[in-house]
Amino acid sequence: MKIHIKNGRIIDPKNGTDAVQDLFIAAGKVLSLGRAPDAYHPNRVIDASNRVVCPGLIDLSARLREPGFEYKATLESEMQAAVAGGITSLACPPDTDPPLDEPGLVEMLKHRAKSLNQSRVYPLGALTQGLNGERITEMAELHDAGCIAFSQANAPLSDTNVLRCAMQYAVTFGYTVWLRPQDAQLARGGVAHDGVVATRLGLPAIPGCAETIALSTILLLAKETGARIHLCRLSTAEGVEMVRQAKNQGLAITCDIAATHVHLSEMDLGFFDANCNLIPPLRSLRDRDALRMGLKDGTIDALCSDHTPVDDDAKLLPFAEAESGATGLELLLPLTLKWAAETKIPLSQALAKITQIPAKILGIDTGHLTPGHAADVCIFDPQRYWKVEPMALKSQGKNTPFLGLELQGRVCYTLVEGHVVYEG
Amino acid sequence: MHSNPQLNKNGELQHLLTIEGLPATLLTQILDTAQSFIGVTEREVKKLPLLRGKAIFNLFFEPSTRTRTTFEIAAKRLSADVINLNISTSSHSKGETLLDTIDNLEAMHADMFIVRHAQSGAAHLIAHHVAPNVHVINAGDGRHAHPTQALLDMFTIRHYKRDFTNLRVAIVGDILHSRVARSQIHALNTLGVPEVRVIAPKTLLPTGVENLGVHAYYDMQRGLKDVDVVMMLRLQSERMQGPLLPSAQEFFKYYGLTAEKLAAAKPDAIVMHPGPMNRGVEIDSSVADGPRSVILPQVTFGIAVRMAVMSMLAGN
Repeated sequence: MKIHIKNGRIIDPKNGTDAVQDLFIAAGKVLSLGRAPDAYHPNRVIDASNRVVCPGLIDLSARLREPGFEYKATLESEMQAAVAGGITSLACPPDTDPPLDEPGLVEMLKHRAKSLNQSRVYPLGALTQGLNGERITEMAELHDAGCIAFSQANAPLSDTNVLRCAMQYAVTFGYTVWLRPQDAQLARGGVAHDGVVATRLGLPAIPGCAETIALSTILLLAKETGARIHLCRLSTAEGVEMVRQAKNQGLAITCDIAATHVHLSEMDLGFFDANCNLIPPLRSLRDRDALRMGLKDGTIDALCSDHTPVDDDAKLLPFAEAESGATGLELLLPLTLKWAAETKIPLSQALAKITQIPAKILGIDTGHLTPGHAADVCIFDPQRYWKVEPMALKSQGKNTPFLGLELQGRVCYTLVEGHVVYEG
Repeated sequence: MHSNPQLNKNGELQHLLTIEGLPATLLTQILDTAQSFIGVTEREVKKLPLLRGKAIFNLFFEPSTRTRTTFEIAAKRLSADVINLNISTSSHSKGETLLDTIDNLEAMHADMFIVRHAQSGAAHLIAHHVAPNVHVINAGDGRHAHPTQALLDMFTIRHYKRDFTNLRVAIVGDILHSRVARSQIHALNTLGVPEVRVIAPKTLLPTGVENLGVHAYYDMQRGLKDVDVVMMLRLQSERMQGPLLPSAQEFFKYYGLTAEKLAAAKPDAIVMHPGPMNRGVEIDSSVADGPRSVILPQVTFGIAVRMAVMSMLAGN
């Protein structure tokens, strides 16, 4: 299959490309940019005039809900949502049921995902058995089965000794450990940021120090063990500052935040909007602004969708009883573009947060459009407005705080390994 | 759920979910309407036909005696049909969701729901869900709001003090978990009380409580100095087990209202409590039963205030 994508604005952050050019694809790979190779006869020509052509997006956290939660979403529905969102590679956290703590489960997930022929799925293995925070998993076996790194997802890991051992064991084999910093005791029972809104609404709260205390433990252990750490879903201003300092000291850490948290704060809870029941909680405006600053200056490396489909019934409950999470795959691109427009940064710099940089964090060779490499491509219309509503979403999860709002930027085509897997 | 669901297009009360966001004129109107019902409750025949033919469901997902009973009496005095449901022992335990329960009761042609629920925001959720002709009164949701309690407290204060704009009021005890306190704070501020204080150890004050419009005190002597009204809160017994407090004894010693501590307040200060009281934990019997206590009148006024809210919601 040879595909000629013509007249698109090609933005490839890794190679520093931002120009209207043609892209030539053959045999699943990028053949060349600009001029057609000799004797190139495409099977298909895609007109990308007034469109942006960029590397397929890479999402560091998308829950596909398999195995165990198929009633919330299925691999089929969520993989369709991923490509509809321009995402060609995604990492899925291990908090399935059962958790991804055995090689067989990981192999099955990889196999199921591969047979759908859509995005590339990179499972994160459970860091501890059953995510119970007590015994570390067979990381080497899990890695052989296809796990790209190891994570505790949102499950607590209260035992500092277990955490230290997990890091030591991971560093033995050179694996990265993904952790969301949160002190389990300080966060217990909480559903909202410990601030003015939770005080007003009378919601059980999670203080900012739940993040920073856990973060300081992680950073000290990372320094001591030499483990490579990826910090997931930072939420506080103080947390961002701690990461900034740790990076300045040369610690091998990376970190991401959820695209929702770039835009929203505790104020968006309104009158108990359960779609704003998220993990971590939406924090203060000051925290949000610090996240945006950190994202801009590179302290925060990447943006992710933190896609967590939740069925309607689980949201039609009083705020604290509602299940946490929001659909995100199809919002990652528009929310990134929104941030870029509001912050007035070059599109290329914004797209790096969802292409080249997350690829580097995952250690995979995608997220760029280099000739000779796999043709994972996203073509989107940066001008087009669309309304976030259930009908407009492929994901089985329809709940998001952005429901009813208009966002700009809609995917037109998604290609994985040179094949069109989505056409808008 | 971003628009204020309590008021209809004409600015009239559609639901009563929280005091927050209601204008002072509306609160005053409720109090004035309640005042007009006081005479009725003292008559030989204590009935008015204002809610005749209306079906009012008392929907209590949490146990309550006083609030449920006074709502029931208020509804009956307005000639409504009252159906009491204690859901904790009914369909909830069979796994039915909150909104399924509401749907079923709506199908029975309910006109009004009076809801108590352990979760903050439950009344908002229900109000958001019901048909436009159905009204919801929040009878206490989690730690969030208990608006009719605050209104009857305001009624009581106005009864004894006449004017809100020259008062100093102290709310004492477990502010953190108290829906009563949150509603009282909003009501006092809306009605123009110039100085609202909260008094509690820091473990029982929510973060940034000052943003609600109060001054925080940690010491009873200083906090009660020259106040006109002392509003005590109930300390739930389960709060004494966790890390928030060392013991009921120590709490009583430092934050329990005794005659000695009350001496710091103005000589004509009144003492209030939403009930049920823990004697010897947050309040000493000599104060609770003493001459400055208006705790029982609060209960009586509660009926008139709830009548007022129900009749206004029904469009009278």
